[in-house]
Amino acid sequence: MDERPLRLITNSPLDLLARTVEALLVVASAPLAVDELAEAADDDAGRIDAALRLLAERYSEGRSGIVLEQVAGGYALRASREAAPACARLFERPAQRSLSQAALETLAIVAYLGPCSRPEITRIRGVAAEATVANLLERGLIAEAGRDDGPGGAIRYRVTPLFERVFGIANLAELPRLDDLGGDVEQIRERLHAVAEQRGA
Amino acid sequence: MRVAELELDLEAFEGPFDLLLTLVLKEEIDLAEVDVAGIVLTFIETLLGRARSGAADEAERELGEGDLEACGEFLVLVSALLELKARLLFDDEAPELAELEPEEAAEELARRLVEYRRMKEASAWLASRLEQERDRYFRLGPAPLRPIGERPIVAQDAAALAAALRELATPPKVVSLAHMSLRYPPLEQFVERFRSLLGRRSRFDFEDELGDLSRVEQAIAFLALLELGRLGEIAISQAAPFAPIRVERKTKERSSVWTNARSA
Repeated sequence: MDERPLRLITNSPLDLLARTVEALLVVASAPLAVDELAEAADDDAGRIDAALRLLAERYSEGRSGIVLEQVAGGYALRASREAAPACARLFERPAQRSLSQAALETLAIVAYLGPCSRPEITRIRGVAAEATVANLLERGLIAEAGRDDGPGGAIRYRVTPLFERVFGIANLAELPRLDDLGGDVEQIRERLHAVAEQRGA
Repeated sequence: MRVAELELDLEAFEGPFDLLLTLVLKEEIDLAEVDVAGIVLTFIETLLGRARSGAADEAERELGEGDLEACGEFLVLVSALLELKARLLFDDEAPELAELEPEEAAEELARRLVEYRRMKEASAWLASRLEQERDRYFRLGPAPLRPIGERPIVAQDAAALAAALRELATPPKVVSLAHMSLRYPPLEQFVERFRSLLGRRSRFDFEDELGDLSRVEQAIAFLALLELGRLGEIAISQAAPFAPIRVERKTKERSSVWTNARSA
């Protein structure tokens, strides 16, 4: 009988650590940050990084049904894309995946400007945001994050780790830079100023 | 083409433009929910659709003139709508905005448009990302993690604890249940008593008759008096506050006369 472990063949200290990290990732249902892994495995972050690299090689698309990914500020296991059709047959389509235009715009505002309040969202979109915000809260894509300063402080919202997971981004810095968006912005500005000059004259 | 009949299909409203205006003015639709840009787009699309379908040259020119009028009407209505909406949305900012010079106002407007434009493009990016990532499946659920960090307990006062314990160790005061076993004669008994009393005498003083009863009984007796007063059998009077309460039998002559007259 072959007594060797299935995936990690050697018994070097790093392999042992990789097995522990592997176990932690299987048990967790949310992404784990390197610090969290280090604390749980009682080892230092540098070695955790090395163990993660080892695991990432094994758990990669085309090699395994499980894929290790860096997402939402941590590491997590997910199903490989090959297995997606089978997963789709097993599960209902997650509610987070079908979002209206209003929901996407609101989500963009919260992702870029968060924590931000409903009045801010309303001001930018020019449409009341109550229903959309409630909807996103229910789907777990945004969460409350304190209140505005000043009188009557409105509740502020931020995007959740689930948001990053659903959109497959490691952290918010992966979003396109705001300055790179809105290409025809200068044109709008020029046109408005031209109108203003006419009116001012 | 008539602006009033412009068919709209917005998130908050579906129907002709003039109905939307009516509902907004009656405040049955919250203007904040209405997508004014959507109205403008619908109008432009309708105009373009008409231009494309226009056939004969002459007819087209006529249509053009009609459309010019419609455009004017539409501009007036939509700008009114926009102003209303702006006032609703920027309630406290309104005076500031009104004071702005045209250039400053343009800059402010440009700033807001740019802000919205960027968010709109960001949402488009998110939408395409969502589409790319549609075949990602992962485990969802509450993280079975131990809460991180221990909560330090606020400094405690031993004397306060002792006081709290002492209070717990003291048997609680016995609550009086006396009011639950309160006994008093029924109201009817007093009603009958007063009736028979007034059968013998035409008037009496409340205190003289009932002064020796308990407070509760006196209260019931007084209620009985009020009941008789309500039935119109007696008249109750008091010369001054705290003076004796005088109870008098009401003469029944009037009612008996009336009854006699009827039976006659």
